[in-house]
Amino acid sequence: MTTEAADPVEAVGTVAPAADAGFLQRHGGAIEYVLIPGVALVGALGVFGIFVAMFGKSPLDLYFYMYYGAFGTWFSWQNTLTRAAPLILTALCTALPAQLGMVIIGGEGALLIGALSATSAALLLQGMPPLIVQIAMVIAGVIGGGLWVMLSGALRQYRGVNETISSLLLVYIALAVLNHLVEGAMRDPASLNKPSTREIGAANMFGSIPGTDVHWGLVFGLIAAIAAYILIYHTVFGFAARVAGGNIRAAKIVGLNVSKLILTVCFLAGGAAGLAGMVEVAAVQGRTNANLAAGYGFTGILVAFLARHNPLAIIPVAILLGGISASGGLLQRRLGLPDASVLVLQGIIFVFVLASDALYGRIGFLKGKS
Amino acid sequence: MEFGRISRRHLLQGGAALTLGAATGARPSFAAETTIGFIYVGSRDDYGYNQAHAQGAAALKKIPGLKVVEEEKVPETDAVEKTIESMINLDGATLLFPTSFGYYNPHMVKMAKKFPKLHFEHCGGLWSDKDPKNAGSYFGYIDEAQYISGIVAGYSSKSGKLGFVAAKPIPQVLRNINAFALGARLANPKATTQVIFTGDWSMPVKEAEATNSLIDQGVDVLTCHVDGPKTMVENAARRGAMVCGYHVNQSPLAPKAYLTGAEWNWEALYPKFVKMIAAGESIPNFYRGGLKEEIVKTSPYGEAVSAEARKHADDVKAKFLSGDGYAIFKGGLVDNKGKTVIAAGTDRGQKDPELEKMDYLVEGVVGATS
Repeated sequence: MTTEAADPVEAVGTVAPAADAGFLQRHGGAIEYVLIPGVALVGALGVFGIFVAMFGKSPLDLYFYMYYGAFGTWFSWQNTLTRAAPLILTALCTALPAQLGMVIIGGEGALLIGALSATSAALLLQGMPPLIVQIAMVIAGVIGGGLWVMLSGALRQYRGVNETISSLLLVYIALAVLNHLVEGAMRDPASLNKPSTREIGAANMFGSIPGTDVHWGLVFGLIAAIAAYILIYHTVFGFAARVAGGNIRAAKIVGLNVSKLILTVCFLAGGAAGLAGMVEVAAVQGRTNANLAAGYGFTGILVAFLARHNPLAIIPVAILLGGISASGGLLQRRLGLPDASVLVLQGIIFVFVLASDALYGRIGFLKGKS
Repeated sequence: MEFGRISRRHLLQGGAALTLGAATGARPSFAAETTIGFIYVGSRDDYGYNQAHAQGAAALKKIPGLKVVEEEKVPETDAVEKTIESMINLDGATLLFPTSFGYYNPHMVKMAKKFPKLHFEHCGGLWSDKDPKNAGSYFGYIDEAQYISGIVAGYSSKSGKLGFVAAKPIPQVLRNINAFALGARLANPKATTQVIFTGDWSMPVKEAEATNSLIDQGVDVLTCHVDGPKTMVENAARRGAMVCGYHVNQSPLAPKAYLTGAEWNWEALYPKFVKMIAAGESIPNFYRGGLKEEIVKTSPYGEAVSAEARKHADDVKAKFLSGDGYAIFKGGLVDNKGKTVIAAGTDRGQKDPELEKMDYLVEGVVGATS
């Protein structure tokens, strides 16, 4: 939202509700934020149904299996939440810098470096009590990922390098660094045909949330998203960041330290993605290898944009996309749709939600005076 | 409990998906027949690794009473664990084939422990006695077929320069390169095999570049070890070079340029496995074999293969099929740096564990492992 503060449509949407005392008028803004993406989602599902019908499959079957695979059973829910967990964290990597008007798309790189740092910490501390190793992994993951994205922030602030490009290119550098270390200095000699680091040890793994199969990454994600929301909307720091995002010159004139803001926000953003990498190592893979580059960082960009960079909205959006990917398997198995059909749906949703941006403040009955 | 969760969701959402779900929920979900799940890391029509497994799955579909469910493009993360569970919980699968190398540890091992009554068969040959008994790992000595390809390539090359597009310098790949190069030297003692590593299993752009670069250097017969040979085969044929295939028969892509190829024979192995399970026999946890055991095969010769080449290749193939077997890696073997890697008088047969650790390129190969 703040990234587009200069947009006159936004301004109308936020100013108008004060005009009248009616319910719709008072809560019009909030309703808009639920109603418009909701309508966009339904529209996207409708179009996807038509798309699937063109391949001779029944859209009704499609909707049923999507629901069944994503939310229809307790297993499906766990499947969805497991897939959503890393997306919440990687989405924050794009959503936080967006408050400053920066478009960072390098969450994947921070994830890889975070995973590598966390693995290194665990391997260095072998033999220490698991709690200490785990805390060290969290810290190492956050610092590793944080510094990686901070690099993009610093390049932008001090060298004028476009942060979108630099953060994207840093993904490939991160992957090369990871492959270099995993196939060289950090390689476990026993990992013959699948070059990997040594394992961090079963005792140091995070395990699942009791009573479920969902790993602790989900809790990390929820805490991080809520903390990010409070930071952005309920602290002086967050206010300063949004001011700088709205108008960087004005921010400088009122004496804000913009460099510090940019570097700090980029560090926190990268830290979130680094945390996702740490979780992948400590709760899933148990070591670092090329499997970690599974694209969570890139799906996170989609989540952040769909959530309009609101840290709280990231949670339901990540669950939605987790559900879509969870149900994707069932669509392949029951309807014989190719894997790419899930990507088609993601693409359609993305287009609909972005296009629906134009509706904010333009829905008559939600406006103060129409 | 579980249903309570669903119906609460049902009431809360009251959405279209739910209504559809209720309307279509009565469909029969689990058939009485045996369900087998196949999981692929790439697309199943890739003319490569995944298609080879899909052909094996297709052979099972022809057997009455078997139902095959398939899912493609499943990454080597906890996504594959969820796919396995989904096939078990939602489709009732009792035998699973997670076919990608990186699915094994920790993912398939974890699932085999969780579902001790179900069978898991993994492609890669990774089982060790620490792993669960219901988890099997099979693999084929495809270097035997590569050796045959090498012989044919050696006769077919006019320049005496052969090319090999490879993914990573890991033992399995090095073994294929060396077998191909040694085969070529049987046909033409002066033949060289130039290798280019692309760095990963699916890198179409780099594979095309490597193919072009090899041809520019005078190479006129190429083969490869990457997940999808399609890029190399089509590019080489377009440039007028000849090719030996890998994984599956790629002759439909380049009928004139295709000489022969090293193929998996999963369509023979998988029905064998299913029959063994049905008969109550246990499949050895570590199951391996080559041409003789019908786990690998060679593609039919293309029209460009000379009678002399066919004769020599058929003679060697007959030795592989004979009771005594045939050792590709025989004593007095020198690597391409001049170091003796197998002492004179020592024959390393196919099952020799030393070959699993191969880290060299033999004399006649142009290239380096690092």
